[in-house]
Amino acid sequence: MASMRDIKRRKSSIQSTQQITKAMKLVSTVKLQKAKNRAEETNPYFNYMYQTVVSMLKRSGSIMHPYLKAGTSAKKAVVVITSNRGLAGGYNSNVVKQVLDSGLKKEDLKIYAVGSKGKEALERRGFEIAADYSEVIEAPGYEDASAICKKVLQAFQEEEIGEIYLAYTHFKNTVSHEPKLIRLLPVAINGQEAEEDSNILMNYEPNDEEALNMIIPKYITSLFYGALVEAVASENGARMQAMDSATSNAEEMISDLSLKYNRARQGSITQELTEIIAGASAIE
Amino acid sequence: MADNEKMFQVKIITPDRVFYTGEAEMIEFNTSSGQIGVYKKHIPLTTVLEPGAVIIHEAEGEKIAAVHAGFAEVLPEQVTLLAEIAEWAEEIDVARAEAARKRAEERLQAKTAEIDVARAEFALRKALTRIDVKDMK
Repeated sequence: MASMRDIKRRKSSIQSTQQITKAMKLVSTVKLQKAKNRAEETNPYFNYMYQTVVSMLKRSGSIMHPYLKAGTSAKKAVVVITSNRGLAGGYNSNVVKQVLDSGLKKEDLKIYAVGSKGKEALERRGFEIAADYSEVIEAPGYEDASAICKKVLQAFQEEEIGEIYLAYTHFKNTVSHEPKLIRLLPVAINGQEAEEDSNILMNYEPNDEEALNMIIPKYITSLFYGALVEAVASENGARMQAMDSATSNAEEMISDLSLKYNRARQGSITQELTEIIAGASAIE
Repeated sequence: MADNEKMFQVKIITPDRVFYTGEAEMIEFNTSSGQIGVYKKHIPLTTVLEPGAVIIHEAEGEKIAAVHAGFAEVLPEQVTLLAEIAEWAEEIDVARAEAARKRAEERLQAKTAEIDVARAEFALRKALTRIDVKDMK
């Protein structure tokens, strides 16, 4: 059995780890609240944008627009949104897994990384990193999303890439976050949703094509922005859960060690007593 | 009290918040093909917004805001403006807008190779819009 001193040392080390995980949990709880509110405020804009684009596209089936068909290049851009910091459970590796399991060929992919964890993981596996926007994830703003969007769309227009994907973590609610990989360009709309309310005849000014030209980049920017905001919320949610279970694991270990410590202490007292009694009876 | 028959829903949504929702009799805004005013029962229209003032004529009076870039969806019963940036006239900091205007003008005048002319022009238009909107108030 380990000595009393060893057990005590181990217990106090776990105790200080527990204090850290507890503090981290509190911090991410507060951050989660903030990020969650932001994600909720962004939602109406994004939903409206989506509806508008859906209704535009279903009415403009005949338009041939560069944004609606795949480019000639075999290269595909993937915007990967992860975090800059670890200790968030499977948060980062789940997003990376989405990219690895996507069935897309490694040689064809160009990674636009947001968040250094994802960038490092993919770099290690030999993916090509086209750009790194890791500082953005600290405080994502609409301008950041629009800068990334501009860069990616430019590459699309110059035919460096033929398709654009986005890998991020969708924030469902505080306890459930879902890693996702979606295709942004060419724009794909679900057949089902395209069925509704197609009886209104929409007019476009200046004309269909220019309106599309202008609205699709905005649509993609809003997707990026929404994804960034949701990713921040998910990151904090994931960290909160990870730190919560770390804290309770530490709790368990501490109570286990306390038991062992008390047993060892009792053992040593009993031993001492037996020695004293044995010593006394030897004298008699 | 305005006639209820004439009122329609107006929504202005930005990425950060729902900027405005309410009922209005008429709304004026600036599009890429010029300034337009929309009453109820307008034909369905989607149009691109240009930086400019948005004037919402409510039953009790007017509300003025500055809107930069975005698009508008006009339906017979509802008008929705999706704007990247929107601010009420009260919220505008004139000193900052003036400074931005000066900076943009200087940049356009200098015309060195490395400046992005389109960006400077956009900044100038944003600053001018802000100043205009403030003056309207």
